Amino acid sequence: MIWFAATLVALTLGAALAVMLLRNLLAAVAAASVVSLGVAVMFVVLQAPDVAMTEAVVGAGLSGLILALALRRLGLARLEIGDAQGERDA
Amino acid sequence: MRNLATLLFLGGLGFLLLVITGGLVFGDPPMLIGRGIQQAAPDQVGAANIVTAVVLGYRGLDTLGELSILFAAATAGGLVLGSTRSRNTRPAGFILRTGVDLLFPLLLVAGLYVVIHGHLTPGGGFQGGVILAAAFFLPLLARPQDVPDHTWLSVIEGLAGTAFIGIGLAALYQGEAFLTPMLDKGVLGELVSSGTLPLLYLAVGLKVGAELASLLVRLSGDDEVTS
Repeated sequence: MIWFAATLVALTLGAALAVMLLRNLLAAVAAASVVSLGVAVMFVVLQAPDVAMTEAVVGAGLSGLILALALRRLGLARLEIGDAQGERDA
Repeated sequence: MRNLATLLFLGGLGFLLLVITGGLVFGDPPMLIGRGIQQAAPDQVGAANIVTAVVLGYRGLDTLGELSILFAAATAGGLVLGSTRSRNTRPAGFILRTGVDLLFPLLLVAGLYVVIHGHLTPGGGFQGGVILAAAFFLPLLARPQDVPDHTWLSVIEGLAGTAFIGIGLAALYQGEAFLTPMLDKGVLGELVSSGTLPLLYLAVGLKVGAELASLLVRLSGDDEVTS
Protein backbone atom coordinates (compact mmCIF):
# COMPACT_ATOMS: atom_id res chain seq x y z
CA MET A 1 0.00 0.00 0.00
CA ILE A 2 2.81 2.39 0.91
CA TRP A 3 4.40 1.78 -2.50
CA PHE A 4 1.14 2.52 -4.26
CA ALA A 5 0.78 5.75 -2.32
CA ALA A 6 4.42 6.68 -2.96
CA THR A 7 4.03 6.10 -6.72
CA LEU A 8 0.86 8.15 -6.69
CA VAL A 9 2.50 11.05 -4.86
CA ALA A 10 5.48 10.93 -7.23
CA LEU A 11 3.15 10.94 -10.26
CA THR A 12 1.10 13.84 -8.90
CA LEU A 13 4.16 15.89 -7.99
CA GLY A 14 5.73 15.11 -11.37
CA ALA A 15 2.60 16.29 -13.16
CA ALA A 16 2.52 19.43 -11.01
CA LEU A 17 6.12 20.12 -11.96
CA ALA A 18 5.25 19.53 -15.62
CA VAL A 19 2.52 22.18 -15.39
CA MET A 20 5.17 24.76 -14.55
CA LEU A 21 7.87 23.56 -16.92
CA LEU A 22 5.91 22.77 -20.09
CA ARG A 23 6.15 25.46 -22.75
CA ASN A 24 2.99 24.31 -24.53
CA LEU A 25 -0.03 25.73 -22.71
CA LEU A 26 -2.44 23.00 -23.84
CA ALA A 27 -0.04 20.35 -22.55
CA ALA A 28 0.18 22.24 -19.26
CA VAL A 29 -3.63 22.16 -18.98
CA ALA A 30 -3.56 18.39 -19.59
CA ALA A 31 -0.87 18.01 -16.92
CA ALA A 32 -3.03 20.00 -14.48
CA SER A 33 -5.82 17.50 -15.14
CA VAL A 34 -3.40 14.67 -14.34
CA VAL A 35 -2.64 16.35 -11.00
CA SER A 36 -6.35 16.39 -10.17
CA LEU A 37 -6.70 12.76 -11.22
CA GLY A 38 -3.84 11.73 -8.93
CA VAL A 39 -5.40 13.64 -6.03
CA ALA A 40 -8.74 11.96 -6.79
CA VAL A 41 -7.15 8.49 -6.59
CA MET A 42 -5.57 9.56 -3.29
CA PHE A 43 -9.01 10.48 -1.97
CA VAL A 44 -10.25 6.99 -2.94
CA VAL A 45 -7.30 5.46 -1.06
CA LEU A 46 -8.23 7.59 1.97
CA GLN A 47 -11.83 6.26 1.71
CA ALA A 48 -13.53 9.49 0.66
CA PRO A 49 -15.31 8.45 -2.54
CA ASP A 50 -17.61 11.48 -2.57
CA VAL A 51 -14.74 13.94 -2.48
CA ALA A 52 -12.82 11.82 -4.99
CA MET A 53 -15.75 11.97 -7.39
CA THR A 54 -16.01 15.74 -7.11
CA GLU A 55 -12.26 16.11 -7.59
CA ALA A 56 -12.24 13.86 -10.65
CA VAL A 57 -15.28 15.47 -12.26
CA VAL A 58 -14.56 19.12 -11.47
CA GLY A 59 -10.77 19.15 -11.18
CA ALA A 60 -9.81 16.78 -13.94
CA GLY A 61 -12.77 17.25 -16.25
CA LEU A 62 -14.49 20.59 -16.03
CA SER A 63 -11.62 22.89 -15.05
CA GLY A 64 -9.43 21.38 -17.76
CA LEU A 65 -12.21 21.98 -20.28
CA ILE A 66 -12.72 25.57 -19.12
CA LEU A 67 -8.98 26.29 -19.19
CA ALA A 68 -8.67 24.80 -22.69
CA LEU A 69 -11.65 26.84 -23.92
CA ALA A 70 -10.17 29.98 -22.38
CA LEU A 71 -6.87 29.27 -24.16
CA ARG A 72 -8.75 28.90 -27.44
CA ARG A 73 -10.60 32.15 -26.83
CA LEU A 74 -7.34 33.94 -26.13
CA GLY A 75 -5.77 32.48 -29.24
CA LEU A 76 -3.10 30.67 -27.25
CA ALA A 77 -4.16 27.11 -28.01
CA ARG A 78 -1.42 25.78 -30.23
CA LEU A 79 -0.56 22.12 -30.63
CA GLU A 80 3.03 22.92 -31.55
CA ILE A 81 5.13 25.78 -30.22
CA GLY A 82 5.28 28.55 -32.78
CA ASP A 83 2.74 26.85 -35.03
CA ALA A 84 0.10 29.41 -35.89
CA GLN A 85 -1.85 26.82 -37.87
CA GLY A 86 -2.15 24.44 -34.92
CA GLU A 87 -5.03 26.32 -33.36
CA ARG A 88 -7.04 25.89 -36.54
CA ASP A 89 -7.18 22.14 -35.93
CA ALA A 90 -7.98 22.43 -32.22
CA MET B 1 19.00 38.94 -4.97
CA ARG B 2 15.26 38.87 -5.42
CA ASN B 3 15.31 35.12 -5.92
CA LEU B 4 17.34 34.74 -2.74
CA ALA B 5 14.81 36.79 -0.82
CA THR B 6 11.97 34.69 -2.21
CA LEU B 7 13.76 31.49 -1.26
CA LEU B 8 14.41 32.78 2.23
CA PHE B 9 10.79 33.78 2.62
CA LEU B 10 9.54 30.40 1.37
CA GLY B 11 11.96 28.56 3.63
CA GLY B 12 10.82 30.56 6.63
CA LEU B 13 7.17 29.99 5.80
CA GLY B 14 7.75 26.26 5.37
CA PHE B 15 9.63 26.09 8.69
CA LEU B 16 6.79 27.93 10.42
CA LEU B 17 4.16 25.59 8.99
CA LEU B 18 6.23 22.53 9.92
CA VAL B 19 6.59 23.79 13.49
CA ILE B 20 2.84 24.42 13.72
CA THR B 21 1.91 21.01 12.29
CA GLY B 22 4.51 19.34 14.50
CA GLY B 23 2.85 20.83 17.55
CA LEU B 24 -0.60 19.46 16.67
CA VAL B 25 -1.67 16.12 18.08
CA PHE B 26 -2.97 13.92 15.26
CA GLY B 27 -6.59 12.83 15.65
CA ASP B 28 -7.15 14.82 18.80
CA PRO B 29 -9.69 15.80 20.03
CA PRO B 30 -11.70 12.78 18.79
CA MET B 31 -14.43 13.76 16.32
CA LEU B 32 -17.53 13.08 18.37
CA ILE B 33 -19.89 14.87 15.98
CA GLY B 34 -18.89 12.65 13.06
CA ARG B 35 -19.40 9.51 15.10
CA GLY B 36 -22.75 10.76 16.36
CA ILE B 37 -23.94 11.62 12.86
CA GLN B 38 -22.86 8.22 11.54
CA GLN B 39 -24.91 6.52 14.22
CA ALA B 40 -27.97 8.73 14.03
CA ALA B 41 -28.24 9.54 10.31
CA PRO B 42 -29.65 6.21 8.97
CA ASP B 43 -32.57 6.42 11.39
CA GLN B 44 -33.12 10.17 11.31
CA VAL B 45 -32.72 10.88 7.59
CA GLY B 46 -32.89 7.42 6.00
CA ALA B 47 -30.12 7.96 3.45
CA ALA B 48 -27.64 5.13 2.95
CA ASN B 49 -24.99 7.64 1.91
CA ILE B 50 -24.13 9.51 5.10
CA VAL B 51 -22.52 12.34 3.13
CA THR B 52 -25.85 13.06 1.45
CA ALA B 53 -27.58 12.93 4.82
CA VAL B 54 -25.23 15.67 6.02
CA VAL B 55 -25.24 17.74 2.82
CA LEU B 56 -29.02 17.81 2.33
CA GLY B 57 -30.48 16.69 5.64
CA TYR B 58 -28.49 18.35 8.40
CA ARG B 59 -26.88 21.14 6.36
CA GLY B 60 -29.41 21.86 3.61
CA LEU B 61 -29.05 25.60 4.10
CA ASP B 62 -25.31 25.39 3.35
CA THR B 63 -26.12 23.60 0.11
CA LEU B 64 -28.52 26.39 -0.79
CA GLY B 65 -25.70 28.87 -0.14
CA GLU B 66 -23.39 26.81 -2.32
CA LEU B 67 -25.98 26.84 -5.09
CA SER B 68 -26.41 30.60 -4.88
CA ILE B 69 -22.63 31.13 -4.99
CA LEU B 70 -22.43 28.92 -8.09
CA PHE B 71 -25.35 30.82 -9.59
CA ALA B 72 -23.69 34.17 -8.95
CA ALA B 73 -20.40 32.94 -10.40
CA ALA B 74 -22.04 31.52 -13.53
CA THR B 75 -24.08 34.70 -14.01
CA ALA B 76 -20.99 36.87 -13.67
CA GLY B 77 -19.13 34.63 -16.10
CA GLY B 78 -21.97 34.88 -18.60
CA LEU B 79 -22.06 38.65 -18.16
CA VAL B 80 -18.32 38.99 -18.83
CA LEU B 81 -18.35 36.61 -21.77
CA GLY B 82 -21.41 38.21 -23.33
CA SER B 83 -23.72 36.61 -25.84
CA THR B 84 -22.65 34.61 -28.83
CA ARG B 85 -21.55 36.81 -31.70
CA SER B 86 -19.68 34.91 -34.36
CA ARG B 87 -19.50 31.17 -34.26
CA ASN B 88 -16.88 28.76 -35.41
CA THR B 89 -18.57 26.93 -38.28
CA ARG B 90 -15.83 24.57 -39.35
CA PRO B 91 -17.12 21.00 -38.92
CA ALA B 92 -15.11 18.76 -36.63
CA GLY B 93 -13.15 15.73 -37.76
CA PHE B 94 -14.53 12.24 -38.19
CA ILE B 95 -12.96 10.82 -35.02
CA LEU B 96 -14.36 13.58 -32.82
CA ARG B 97 -17.85 13.26 -34.32
CA THR B 98 -17.95 9.45 -33.93
CA GLY B 99 -16.49 9.62 -30.44
CA VAL B 100 -19.09 12.17 -29.37
CA ASP B 101 -21.91 10.06 -30.81
CA LEU B 102 -20.59 7.10 -28.81
CA LEU B 103 -19.97 9.01 -25.59
CA PHE B 104 -23.11 11.17 -25.44
CA PRO B 105 -25.62 8.46 -24.34
CA LEU B 106 -23.10 6.88 -21.97
CA LEU B 107 -22.37 10.21 -20.28
CA LEU B 108 -26.09 10.96 -20.07
CA VAL B 109 -26.80 7.64 -18.34
CA ALA B 110 -23.79 8.01 -16.02
CA GLY B 111 -24.77 11.55 -15.04
CA LEU B 112 -28.41 10.66 -14.40
CA TYR B 113 -27.34 7.57 -12.42
CA VAL B 114 -25.03 9.60 -10.21
CA VAL B 115 -27.73 12.22 -9.61
CA ILE B 116 -30.60 9.82 -8.91
CA HIS B 117 -28.55 7.45 -6.72
CA GLY B 118 -27.05 10.32 -4.73
CA HIS B 119 -28.68 9.18 -1.48
CA LEU B 120 -27.49 5.57 -1.91
CA THR B 121 -24.01 5.61 -3.43
CA PRO B 122 -21.17 8.15 -3.47
CA GLY B 123 -21.93 11.07 -5.71
CA GLY B 124 -24.95 13.29 -6.00
CA GLY B 125 -26.32 16.40 -7.57
CA PHE B 126 -23.10 18.34 -7.96
CA GLN B 127 -21.00 15.54 -9.45
CA GLY B 128 -23.80 14.23 -11.66
CA GLY B 129 -24.68 17.75 -12.75
CA VAL B 130 -21.15 18.35 -13.98
CA ILE B 131 -21.23 15.05 -15.90
CA LEU B 132 -24.55 16.09 -17.47
CA ALA B 133 -23.10 19.48 -18.43
CA ALA B 134 -20.15 17.76 -20.11
CA ALA B 135 -22.54 15.40 -21.92
CA PHE B 136 -24.56 18.28 -23.36
CA PHE B 137 -21.46 20.26 -24.26
CA LEU B 138 -19.87 17.47 -26.33
CA PRO B 139 -22.29 17.66 -29.32
CA LEU B 140 -21.48 21.36 -29.59
CA LEU B 141 -17.81 20.47 -29.89
CA ALA B 142 -18.53 17.99 -32.65
CA ARG B 143 -21.08 20.02 -34.61
CA PRO B 144 -20.31 23.69 -34.06
CA GLN B 145 -22.42 24.71 -37.04
CA ASP B 146 -25.68 23.73 -35.30
CA VAL B 147 -26.17 26.76 -33.10
CA PRO B 148 -28.19 25.50 -30.15
CA ASP B 149 -30.90 27.62 -28.64
CA HIS B 150 -29.81 27.74 -25.03
CA THR B 151 -32.69 29.71 -23.57
CA TRP B 152 -34.15 26.39 -22.38
CA LEU B 153 -31.02 25.92 -20.30
CA SER B 154 -31.86 29.05 -18.28
CA VAL B 155 -35.47 27.87 -18.00
CA ILE B 156 -34.34 24.50 -16.54
CA GLU B 157 -31.93 26.27 -14.22
CA GLY B 158 -34.59 28.62 -12.90
CA LEU B 159 -37.17 25.86 -12.45
CA ALA B 160 -34.68 23.62 -10.63
CA GLY B 161 -33.63 26.42 -8.28
CA THR B 162 -37.30 27.23 -7.60
CA ALA B 163 -37.98 23.55 -6.92
CA PHE B 164 -35.14 23.37 -4.38
CA ILE B 165 -36.42 26.41 -2.47
CA GLY B 166 -40.02 25.23 -2.89
CA ILE B 167 -39.25 21.90 -1.22
CA GLY B 168 -37.59 23.80 1.60
CA LEU B 169 -40.62 26.08 1.97
CA ALA B 170 -42.94 23.05 1.96
CA ALA B 171 -41.16 21.82 5.10
CA LEU B 172 -41.71 25.27 6.60
CA TYR B 173 -45.42 24.98 5.76
CA GLN B 174 -45.59 21.66 7.63
CA GLY B 175 -44.31 23.37 10.75
CA GLU B 176 -40.75 22.08 10.51
CA ALA B 177 -37.52 24.03 9.99
CA PHE B 178 -36.53 25.22 6.50
CA LEU B 179 -35.30 22.33 4.29
CA THR B 180 -36.12 19.63 6.85
CA PRO B 181 -36.40 16.27 5.04
CA MET B 182 -40.09 15.46 4.65
CA LEU B 183 -42.16 12.54 3.32
CA ASP B 184 -41.79 8.88 4.18
CA LYS B 185 -38.24 7.67 4.82
CA GLY B 186 -38.88 4.25 3.32
CA VAL B 187 -36.52 1.29 3.55
CA LEU B 188 -32.82 2.11 3.95
CA GLY B 189 -30.94 1.45 0.73
CA GLU B 190 -33.89 1.42 -1.69
CA LEU B 191 -34.10 3.81 -4.62
CA VAL B 192 -37.33 5.43 -3.41
CA SER B 193 -36.34 6.21 0.16
CA SER B 194 -35.18 8.98 2.47
CA GLY B 195 -38.10 11.27 1.64
CA THR B 196 -37.35 14.48 -0.21
CA LEU B 197 -33.57 14.02 -0.47
CA PRO B 198 -33.61 12.45 -3.97
CA LEU B 199 -35.92 15.25 -5.18
CA LEU B 200 -33.57 17.86 -3.74
CA TYR B 201 -30.57 16.21 -5.38
CA LEU B 202 -32.42 16.01 -8.69
CA ALA B 203 -33.05 19.75 -8.48
CA VAL B 204 -29.39 20.37 -7.58
CA GLY B 205 -28.20 18.17 -10.45
CA LEU B 206 -30.41 19.87 -13.04
CA LYS B 207 -29.45 23.33 -11.79
CA VAL B 208 -25.71 22.67 -11.74
CA GLY B 209 -25.85 20.89 -15.10
CA ALA B 210 -27.81 23.65 -16.83
CA GLU B 211 -25.65 26.38 -15.30
CA LEU B 212 -22.33 24.84 -16.28
CA ALA B 213 -23.58 23.81 -19.71
CA SER B 214 -24.67 27.36 -20.51
CA LEU B 215 -21.31 28.65 -19.20
CA LEU B 216 -19.44 26.23 -21.48
CA VAL B 217 -21.66 27.16 -24.45
CA ARG B 218 -20.94 30.83 -23.88
CA LEU B 219 -17.23 30.20 -23.42
CA SER B 220 -16.96 28.23 -26.65
CA GLY B 221 -19.24 30.62 -28.54
CA ASP B 222 -16.77 33.04 -29.99
CA ASP B 223 -14.07 32.12 -32.39
CA GLU B 224 -10.57 32.54 -31.06
CA VAL B 225 -9.16 36.04 -31.14
CA THR B 226 -6.42 36.16 -33.73
CA SER B 227 -3.79 38.66 -32.74
